[in-house]
Amino acid sequence: MSTPREATPFAVFREEFCRNRVAVIALGVVAIIGVIALLAPWITPQNPYDLSKLSLADARRPPGFVGSGGYVHWLGTDAQGRDLFSAILYGLRISIQIGVMAGAIAFTLGATLGAFAAYAGGRVEALIMRVIDLQLSFPAILLALVLAAVLGQGKWPLIAALVTAQYAYFARTAHGAASAERSKEYVEAALSTPLSPRRVVFRHILPNCLPPLIVVATVQIASAIALEATLSFLGLGLPVSEPSLGMLIANGFQYMLSGRYWISIYPGIALIFLIVAINLVGDQIRDQLNPRLRR
Amino acid sequence: MSGTMRNPLLEVTDLVTEFATRKGILRAVDKVSFAIEAGEIVGLVGESGSGKSVTGFSILGLIDPPGRIAGGSVRLGGRELVGLPPAQLRAIRGKAISMVFQDPSATLNPVLTIGTQMHLAIAAHEKTSEAAARARAAEVLARVGIPDARSRLDAHPHQFSGGMRQRVAIAIALLNRPSLIICDEPTTALDVSIQAQILAEMKALARDLGTAMIWISHDLATVSSLARRILVMYAGRIIEQGPVADVLRHPRHPYTAGLIASLPANAEPGRELRQIPGATPSLFDLPPGCAFAPRCAFSSAACAQAPALHHAGPRGWRCHHPRGMEEAR
Amino acid sequence: MLGFVIQRLAQALIVMLVISMLVFAGVHAIGNPIDLLISPDATQAIRAEAIRAYGLDQPLWKQYLDFLGRLLSGDFGRSFVYNMPVLQLIGSRLPATAELALSAVIGATLLGVPLGIYAGYRPESLFSRLVMALSILGFSVPTFWIGLVLIFTFAVQLGWFPAGGRGETVSLFGVEWSFLTLNGLTHLFLPALNLSLFKFAMMVRLARAGTRETMLTDTVRFARAAGESEWTILSRHVLRLIAIPIVTVFGLELGSTLAFAVVTETIFSWPGLGKLIIDSISSLDRPVMAAYLMLVSFFFILINFAVDIAYAALDPRLRARRAA
Repeated sequence: MSTPREATPFAVFREEFCRNRVAVIALGVVAIIGVIALLAPWITPQNPYDLSKLSLADARRPPGFVGSGGYVHWLGTDAQGRDLFSAILYGLRISIQIGVMAGAIAFTLGATLGAFAAYAGGRVEALIMRVIDLQLSFPAILLALVLAAVLGQGKWPLIAALVTAQYAYFARTAHGAASAERSKEYVEAALSTPLSPRRVVFRHILPNCLPPLIVVATVQIASAIALEATLSFLGLGLPVSEPSLGMLIANGFQYMLSGRYWISIYPGIALIFLIVAINLVGDQIRDQLNPRLRR
Repeated sequence: MSGTMRNPLLEVTDLVTEFATRKGILRAVDKVSFAIEAGEIVGLVGESGSGKSVTGFSILGLIDPPGRIAGGSVRLGGRELVGLPPAQLRAIRGKAISMVFQDPSATLNPVLTIGTQMHLAIAAHEKTSEAAARARAAEVLARVGIPDARSRLDAHPHQFSGGMRQRVAIAIALLNRPSLIICDEPTTALDVSIQAQILAEMKALARDLGTAMIWISHDLATVSSLARRILVMYAGRIIEQGPVADVLRHPRHPYTAGLIASLPANAEPGRELRQIPGATPSLFDLPPGCAFAPRCAFSSAACAQAPALHHAGPRGWRCHHPRGMEEAR
Repeated sequence: MLGFVIQRLAQALIVMLVISMLVFAGVHAIGNPIDLLISPDATQAIRAEAIRAYGLDQPLWKQYLDFLGRLLSGDFGRSFVYNMPVLQLIGSRLPATAELALSAVIGATLLGVPLGIYAGYRPESLFSRLVMALSILGFSVPTFWIGLVLIFTFAVQLGWFPAGGRGETVSLFGVEWSFLTLNGLTHLFLPALNLSLFKFAMMVRLARAGTRETMLTDTVRFARAAGESEWTILSRHVLRLIAIPIVTVFGLELGSTLAFAVVTETIFSWPGLGKLIIDSISSLDRPVMAAYLMLVSFFFILINFAVDIAYAALDPRLRARRAA
């Protein structure tokens, strides 16, 4: 049905998105968390990585305690005497950083591989996709677990483990979208012109695969963040000197049984806010892009 | 027209079906009225988007939200169907009125056997034993021309050809011996040769079983070979109705005239097919008055007022400038 | 069908071979076990002797072939830490993980699928929104954190359930099971709940998405036009139509539950395979790691194989294509 004034696809998309209030709020939460994590060094009362600022006298204090620094620990302190509020913001920073980096690398790698497979066709495609399918049938967490153990602790080994565990989802999606795109007439038409095949892939096929890839990206960034926390919790993630949210939670676990819940609970709540918000946004985008729900 | 029928099987009066969309309320069926006698075959013709399918679904009460029947009445044998509680409406669907859809590969459940699907359709209306249901299913399958019907009951839809699949769907519609079948373009998705076969068979079946039929189609030629009476829809309204032969020979509404002129059979050899200029209007911004006026060669200032229904014997039309009146006189 | 099965079997064999190489390489990369095996103040001679005894002086490909040969003869080696045959060690831990994973996946499916179908059938209702909110939480919240909250709430604060361990077990067919005693069940409940939340969320979402799409199809319209009741439509048509992805996911999730059991078992001190692998990673117990990974891979390939067969059995269209 034609409308009198054609709106751009993006404007239509935005309008539709804004009609889901939950998704809008979720997007707001993601933005707020992103901003405060980015500004952490300037808005936290303490640098939790600076061991000289920590005092064991402040350790394991409940929320509201006024420590030796002279300010209120609104969320309490952990076993090293870190202000939890500061530690959580710094932890969010690390979590987001790793999640986004792993997601971006996995996106680039996976989408390129998947689109290439669809473009190459034949045996190359069959082989690549068989490997991808196989990898997808293994749970990402196990793969990441083994890789994290093999590669050792640190930011880059962790990112490498996450990328290996996740690129296959992007490859699968890109391949599906690209093969559907490739069989369409406009690509046939573009391929029959003297345009270079690479140009066809990058200018025509990939842009059309973007919507499903974006959906996968939101889900994968959320799951990368969760996975990082899980690995850190199991002691296979980041070094102890820069505690991520997962490690804060892991460190607080032993004190939970004695009722000192805050060390584990508050970092967990921060983590959940972030992941749930990202997933809610992703859900809405997916529903909007699902052609089978349209009539 | 409807006034002349003494005991209509189905009587639709001022039916209005609307869909609430983001851009506002969309009136897909706008005050549609017609009646059908028992055993009669009526063609309902229009372009896609003219509201002909929605009319069919409205009769069955199968309008899902955000759509709703906003007004009018549908009477089956004198019984009002609009506003009937869901359970009572369900008892009528598939029993008194059934429906066949356009694409049999989409309507039949791909993961259930034909026998199971037919059993479910029977069990929806009566308690029968599995064996009795199978026997009846096989009988009806044979009736619609499926060879070796009994053993085919255990087959899945994908094991049938397109034409055979549509026969199965027709058999399901016939299972409970309905007095009316609504056929929503059931041959459009099929090969031309099979189309003709199924058309002929449906005609014979309807005659033998005394079943009335509403044949919804965009194809004037198909309808004219099948129906006795024709209703032409445009932008949600019935704009012309009457006996098929009469309407084809002397269309009153310029839109009907355009449709007939654009039939390939009516084209002069070597000349382009004639088309109706312009495009179907969006239901969101219909012109006030006659919806066809912007495309009509005969429109005048009068067309800014919606034309009322004019009657002349079995004929009816909504137009301020009906065609061919001189010849008829 | 037979050709299909044989083809899949051949593929599975190749995959297992590739995995054995990866596992070997991976395990090889995780630290040098010799430092753990002999005391740090041993002489160079003793050290060299030990290296020779474990075959660690051989070239890598030779070590791999030895490893493969031993695997094929069913010899997975001895655990450095527990000093017992790895196979026996794993065998003693397997039932605990199996009962945990099975009760989690079955519980999640039995509860998640009906709720998901309802949420897809009436997406606008309050109850459906509640179910979806719950599933988004279950999908998003990391398993380990839920485990902590469960322990804190139900074990520490309320004291309704024990915080860890397996509780009393009963021997059945020579294997110890927890789910047959009341005490064992109370121990099983929290970890199983913890492990099932993610699967539950997954099942709900899957069933909801499938139902929403199916409800818009002509198949459902046609069934409605035939006068079939909404219950018949949901239980006979929709359930069968969405069964294919659900069975697939059920199978795959059964496998991935093994992986997630690592987390749950660590939190609840559940003496299963997951805890074993985490312990062996931190203690560099190479034979246990290798055997665990091979076993889990084998499991996965078996499950994939079974899912493929189930697919063919559930989808008559696929069956026909493969028979041809």
